Formats: sequence, C-alpha cells, structure tokens
Amino acid sequence: MNRLQSVVILGATSAIATAVARELAEHGARLFLVARDGERLEPLLQDLRVRGDDASATRILGTTADLADVDAHADVWTQAQEALGDNIDAVLLAWGTLPDQDACNASVATTLEAIHVNGTSAIAFLAHIAPDFEQRGRGVIAAIGSVAGDRGRQSNYVYGTAKGMLATYLQGLRNRLFFSSVDVVTIKPGFVRTPMTEGFNRAGALWAEPETVARGIVKAMRRGRDVAYLPWIWWGIMTVIRLIPEYLFKRLKL
Amino acid sequence: MTTSWNRIPRVAHAAEVTLNRRGQPLPGASHPLLAYGLGRSYGDVCLNPGGSLLHTRDLDRFIAFDPDTGRITAEAGLTLDDLLRFAVPRGWFVPVVPGTRFVTLGGAVANDVHGKNHHHAGSFGEHVRAMTLRRSNGECLEVTPDDTPDWFAATVGGLGLTGLIETVTLQLVPVRTPWMRAWSQRFDSLDEFWELDARAEREWPYTVAWIDCLNPGPRGEVGRGIYSGARHATTAPARSQYREPRRAIPLDPPVSLVNRVTLRLFNQLYYRQSVHPTARAVHHLPWLFPLDAIRHWNRIYGYKGFYQYQCVLPPHAQKDGMQALLDGVAASGQGSFLAVLKRFGDRAGPGMLSFPRPGATLALDFPERGNETEHLFRRLDHIVQEAGGALYPAKDARMSPDLFRSGFPRWEEFASFVDPEFSSGFWRRVTK
Repeated sequence: MNRLQSVVILGATSAIATAVARELAEHGARLFLVARDGERLEPLLQDLRVRGDDASATRILGTTADLADVDAHADVWTQAQEALGDNIDAVLLAWGTLPDQDACNASVATTLEAIHVNGTSAIAFLAHIAPDFEQRGRGVIAAIGSVAGDRGRQSNYVYGTAKGMLATYLQGLRNRLFFSSVDVVTIKPGFVRTPMTEGFNRAGALWAEPETVARGIVKAMRRGRDVAYLPWIWWGIMTVIRLIPEYLFKRLKL
Repeated sequence: MTTSWNRIPRVAHAAEVTLNRRGQPLPGASHPLLAYGLGRSYGDVCLNPGGSLLHTRDLDRFIAFDPDTGRITAEAGLTLDDLLRFAVPRGWFVPVVPGTRFVTLGGAVANDVHGKNHHHAGSFGEHVRAMTLRRSNGECLEVTPDDTPDWFAATVGGLGLTGLIETVTLQLVPVRTPWMRAWSQRFDSLDEFWELDARAEREWPYTVAWIDCLNPGPRGEVGRGIYSGARHATTAPARSQYREPRRAIPLDPPVSLVNRVTLRLFNQLYYRQSVHPTARAVHHLPWLFPLDAIRHWNRIYGYKGFYQYQCVLPPHAQKDGMQALLDGVAASGQGSFLAVLKRFGDRAGPGMLSFPRPGATLALDFPERGNETEHLFRRLDHIVQEAGGALYPAKDARMSPDLFRSGFPRWEEFASFVDPEFSSGFWRRVTK
C-alpha cells in the first residue's frame, strides 16, 4: 500500500481532480495543487483547507501555471518540492481538454494543439519528474487517460490519440520505474458528469459522478494498480470494443 | 429534461447553465433566471418554464469554519449531506434538517425548510447568520439579519427569487455523537395524537407522527398512527458501527406502484411494525432521513409522477381541520403512502414567505390520477382556506393564486424584493 500523505495534483480544478483532492484532504494529506485559473484555484484551496482542518494554510498549498506550457514544468516541480519537501508520495496528472472533433477535422493547428494539451505536455511533465522518482526509489505517479485512448473512433479520435499516446508512454514508464519500486498508474475513466461533458446527453447508467471516479483513483493509487478502468465496468466494455475486427469497426458509427 | 422531485410539471427551459465559481457574472438573457440545486422540491418552485436554470451544484466549496463556535460559511450549492459528513465527526450538527439531506444550503434557505425539531429549534432561516446575494445587475449584497433585516426576511423563504444566493453562513449546534435516543408508540386516533404530542414535545426536541390515512382506528375514525420522538444522544452505544444501506429503485416502472392495494398493504404493515416505547439508540441517518436510504424512491410512482400536499393549519383550527383533512382523504379512497403530521412550535419563520408558523402541518403524497386527484385537492384546499391555513410552496404544483395570497399575506411586500430578472414557474402561476 502506498502512502498518500503528501500529494501533488496538476490540473486541480478539474472536477475529478477536485474530488480526489477533497478525499485526500479529508484524510489529512498535505497537498500541492496546480491549476491554470487562479480565480478557481483560490476558492478550491480554501475549501480544502476547511475540509482538511488546515486553518493556518500550512499543509494545503498551490500555484497557478499553464501546464500546456512545457517551459513552466521545471518551475512548477521545484515549487511543489519546496512546498512538500522531498517526501512527495504521489503525483496526479489531471489536466486536459475535450477538443471538438469537428473543429479538429477542420484545422491541423487545432488537432495538434489538442494532442499537445492532452498528450505531449503530460509526457513532457512525466519525463521531467521520472528521474527524481527513480532516484528516490518510491512513490506513485498517476495520470488520467481515457477509455477513448483504447480505440480510435471517428467521433473523438484526436482526443483518443493523445490519451492513447499517454497510455503507451505510461506503460513504458511503468516498466522502467518498476525496478525503482515506483508505481505508475494509468487511470481510464469512462463517461463522467463533469463540466467537460456538459453538452452531452448524460442520462443512462454508464455516466458516473466525479466523486465515484475519485474514490477509484485514490484506491488505485494506494494499491499501485497498473491500469484502472473507472468505474470497473469499462474494462469489460473496452475489451469488447477492442476485440471488434477493424474491417467491421470501420463501418460502425461510434 | 430537468424536473423537480415529483416530476410534475414536465416543462422545457430555454437554457440551463452550470455555475462554477462565485462571482461569475449571471448570464444576461431575454428570459428570466432561477437557481436550481438538487431539485428536491416538488412542483414548479425550482422550475422556470421557458426561462434559464442556473445549476448551482458545482458551487459546493467550504469557505470558513470555526471549530470553536461551530459557525460555517460555504457556497450555496453545498449539500446538507456534505455538511453533515463534515460537521458530525467534528462534534457539530446542522440545526434544522428536512426529511432528506440531499438538498443544497441555498435550497434550504430559499424554502426556509423545517424539520422534526421545529418546536425546539424553529426553521432553517433562524440559524442563518449571513448570506451573499448576487443580483442580476451585478451587485453582490451582504445579507444579515441585523444589518439588512428586510433583505434577510425577503431572501429566507424567498423561493430563490431575490437573486442568486451564493454563500451561506450557518450556526451549527454541538452534538456529542452521531447517535440519537429515539422512541415510538402507536396511537389509535388523532385525539390520542394530540395528547401524546402535548406530553412529548416538552421533553423531545425531535417529534413526528406517521398517520394511516386508509384504515380507521378502533373507534371508527381515521387517524391511527405511530408517534416518534428523539434527541441527540450524549454517548454512543457500545456497538456503534453504522453503515447506511444502499438500496435504489433502479428504473421507472411503467405504471405507479402505489395503488389502492399496495397502499392498504403498506399501511397495515407499517402500522404493525415494532414500536419502542422506551428510548433506544439509533443512528441519526435512518431516523432523520428514512427515505434517503432508497435512492430514486420517487420512481415508485412511475413516469407520470406524484403530488405532495403539505399544509399548515393555525392552532385554533388544527384539531378539527386535521380530522376533516384525513376524513376527506379517506372518503376519496386515495390514501397517501406517506402521511406525516407534525406540530410546529409557537414561532413564525423569519421570512416574509416562510411556511413554518404556529399550528400543525400535514404532508401527504398522491400518485397523479388526473381529475380525481385534482378533485380531492380542491376539497382539501377548501378545508385549509376555511381554517386560515397555507400550503407549502416547496411542495406545490397547483395551488390557486387566491390560496397563495391568503396563506402568505406578506406576498406583496415580498414582491418588491424580487430580482427583476428572476422568476419561477411557481411565482408566475400564483401571482397572475
């Protein structure tokens, strides 16, 4: 079981990351939160301090940064280490956007930007922190991918490409860090009721609440799971979807 | 489609916007706005047909808590469920809770909700120390009972019409454990209920009665039931583990499962349940929120939904009036699944439109059966109006403007505080 007493959360104002932060704060964890929008980060820090009984704001800290900007990563990581000391137990990567596939179809620049925000920028951060974890020989690195990364579908394959690339990178990193006793956890949520999916018809049994997914993330991080489909039913769904032969799959309107 | 808990009416909204942070400018639009929290009210008080709904569920952050005084400030979308989870382990409790904990702070204020401890603690609004209210002109009002008593009286129980309630400061009450001491006893008639109540209310901060409105008692009149009282326990029982059961009604049955046969059966069984005349330890969750243990219980009424009819009758008319209401329900044959009788304490709510007031309140649930149901409601309305009583806006989908005005005589004074850009289906219906 991994300790989650001292955790860095990147992209903290996303609904899922917020729910994870709340759960950890309620268990007394020390947190360092990074988010792009200070107007949203401050109220969240305040909320976590109340939940975590941290009235003096010594355990729950944060900073604003645009994590799509790879040049900012070194500074963010330094700040996190200064805030939490060298004993960082875990890092959770949760930033990203849900690009509009039609807009991507119409623009190469939009496509590449979506891949950067959801894929390469996350990989850049992982590449930056991996040696530190390797050296310390313990800890958890978790990143939020998506079931969309398991198979390219016409409705959101740009997002899926970025998340699939991230998943493959994490797979390799997991293999590399295994020998340093560092756990690398790939989180693959299905449909989650968050502001990201606001425009969707969210009726139906497959839609999960961010709090449910967050509980699954915390559990997967504690246990050092390799890949966690959340909720678990998505493992079955994606297994079926992956097994459909391509000559059939390409005819489907998914 | 966004509906309220009873699914009547089913109406379309021009837009539904999720609010993510406080201070966010309200959407300017040609149609009226209304905040929507968890939609646990019944009817159209939380709906705005043709207008915009502002979803407040993401405004759920804590802002400040003083562990010494128990004063808490949070965004208005925070649920009482979240608040209790936070407060109880720290030795504090929400001073007034309604029958479900799945309501938001803002909703609790806007409907000035009451609980089983009204005779002891009054209504929710009495424990609110401050609010911030965002008006459509961009202004943010700091509303407190002392500095802005008029805005306070308009906003508490103000049905969300005075603007968007963004934050709420609430005074919690201390408790020693999550457990309560509770007892219950059968009674055979309303006369026995009043006697029991007079004795119990002095000693028990929480009291409530369930009435079997289908089966007459031994003396032939309708009004038998079970009376319960409780208080917060000072010590936890030896085996104090409690896990709330997680049951759910998984889907909508095609027709209402509540009908004459199932009701008669349910009421018989419920009446025959074991009672506990001497107090025993119970966890606060099942005692205060029995229905919360079954998620989506509203589905038992099927797609067509149901009505709740909750009224209050003033003290001088409460005994005869309650009997007349129960007789009316019994005569109609449309018994209610849930009939709850509770005597309010001798204080009016702090809001201009507060529902709680001296007297007694009766709440009834009925499946939607068209004309038959409306016919019964007209009979009940007549009894309520004759008695000088009122219906509860939070649970109403159909009262007439006339009944609203007689039950809420300060409505015109209240109307001057309504935000010009805010409105609701309920408000348009009762003021037309």
